[in-house]
Amino acid sequence: MTETFYDVMRRQGITRRSFLKFCSLTAAALGLGPSFAPKIAEAMETKPRIPVLWLHGLECTCCSESFIRSAHPLAKDVILSMISLDYDDTIMAAAGHQAEAIIEETIAKYDGNYILACEGNPPLNQEGMSCIIAGKPYLEQLKKAAEHCKAIISWGSCASWGCVQAARPNPTQATPIHKVPGLAPKPIIKVPGCPPIAEVMTAVITYILTFERFPELDRQGRPKMFYSQRIHDKCYRRPHFDAGQFVESFDDEGARKGYCLYKVGCKGPTTYNACSTVRWNGGLSFPIQSGHPCFGCSEDGFWDKGSFYDRLTDIHGFGIEANADKIGGTAAVVVGGAAAVHAAASAVKRARHKGGDSHKGGDN
Amino acid sequence: MSIETTPSHKEEAVYVYEAPVRLWHWINALAILVLGITGYLIGSPPPAIHGEASAHFLFGWIRFLHFGAGYILAVGILLRIYWAFVGNKHSRQIFLPPVWRGSFWSELVHEVKWYAMIAREPKKYAGHNPLATLAMHVMFVWVIIFMIFTGFALYGEGAGMGSWQYTLFSSWIIPLFGQSQDVHTWHHLGLWAIVCFVIIHVYAAVREDIMSRQSIISSMFSGWRTFRDDKPMDDPH
Repeated sequence: MTETFYDVMRRQGITRRSFLKFCSLTAAALGLGPSFAPKIAEAMETKPRIPVLWLHGLECTCCSESFIRSAHPLAKDVILSMISLDYDDTIMAAAGHQAEAIIEETIAKYDGNYILACEGNPPLNQEGMSCIIAGKPYLEQLKKAAEHCKAIISWGSCASWGCVQAARPNPTQATPIHKVPGLAPKPIIKVPGCPPIAEVMTAVITYILTFERFPELDRQGRPKMFYSQRIHDKCYRRPHFDAGQFVESFDDEGARKGYCLYKVGCKGPTTYNACSTVRWNGGLSFPIQSGHPCFGCSEDGFWDKGSFYDRLTDIHGFGIEANADKIGGTAAVVVGGAAAVHAAASAVKRARHKGGDSHKGGDN
Repeated sequence: MSIETTPSHKEEAVYVYEAPVRLWHWINALAILVLGITGYLIGSPPPAIHGEASAHFLFGWIRFLHFGAGYILAVGILLRIYWAFVGNKHSRQIFLPPVWRGSFWSELVHEVKWYAMIAREPKKYAGHNPLATLAMHVMFVWVIIFMIFTGFALYGEGAGMGSWQYTLFSSWIIPLFGQSQDVHTWHHLGLWAIVCFVIIHVYAAVREDIMSRQSIISSMFSGWRTFRDDKPMDDPH
């Protein structure tokens, strides 16, 4: 019998008091009422740990790096024990054949009951040869693990949207998990971000554990509790936006005073994430707080939307890259010029018409 | 008939634009002017103002005007669509250009020739000419509706999940375009499409008023179309 979370915590010397504190804080982080804290505690005391296979495709491991830095109370010690993280090649003790054997073992032992956590995505071109794990394409490993899992977590922008390896022209055809052809139809939760916020990752796992189902998802498969609002909606610099106080260029007076970064390209108004509420590194700060615009790392295709410092996407197919204002302004000037020329020509025609042919249109 | 006995008689004026249509036209013009200016400023904000944030609300006002004018535009379109059902036949013209008729296209070509100064004389219409019908149709049935839909989708993002704007518009329009930034880009391109339309519309109205065979600008104030000759009209019936 697998140990319960509570057993693991107590074994690791965590007091019951700290444990209950963790439950209340997690309930608060998930936006649940105070009555849910005992429910979380009960779930942790009675439920066996969820086995998790954490597979790595094309990725940079920033999701793992973020995850292990979860500063939520006890997270560093507990979350890794909370789930039964059976396989994660980055942080597991086993290596080589020994490590790979664990995948087979977990699939056989917990068929249909484990969570498949995907960090990174598979390349489809050249039969998946651009990402080889233990001598085989990652694509095969992913498909097999997905076949037998209960549900899939797409960690980060790679697994959720494709991220940098799927940026144009995407030579390896890196493909986000939900778009991989032939993948078993399992429920998928997307936790985008490059990387996602540590506390968001741990909270999603806690929710799945407590309620044995996914939290409520939006149309694009992201948990609503963390991705239902834009950075802009809860930004502490929002009053400067409404007042019309903007940083015009980096290092100007406005930048020193902490004005809104909208004019230097902040993508806060188009980015759904929890950075402005949860923040990073234990609530210490987030990009805008340290004076840099948000560049929308949790949005679909954020590498292909032009410069990180443009709030409008460059439009291709005009010979040169141009933005909406350049194209529109040029069109307006051309149309205005054409109207002026046409007006002049009309005036000439009318003058001629009057002079040469006076019996027609005499009342004009 | 009296026309035959009095050759110098001008054809009777025709009541084309009913009061709600005229009212809609001018309210629309004002709303679009406000939307265009504030919309441009939302994309390219005016220079930063200094002082305490609590003492200013400039950008807030710009956005408020944009949203307010947007609502007026949207409600106006809804009333205009209603009027297309209960109004006279001219009130339906911009919604249903008779593209299935060959004569519509041949007369449209004639209108293009008139503008290209090849045709010597324009045709005579009580309502819109075919080219104008098509231009109005594209503008008010497609461009403006596109702007209203994308506009409400962007507004719904701020109103938040659970708001009717989010449920009706943002929830499906944002994923349809990819992400929020793409919707912003297309909404912004729409502004320039409208600017181009306004230039052409104002120029063509003035030119037609001077050079065509019927009144244009005064008709949008009085509702009556008057004519400069008594030849038969070319309107499709």
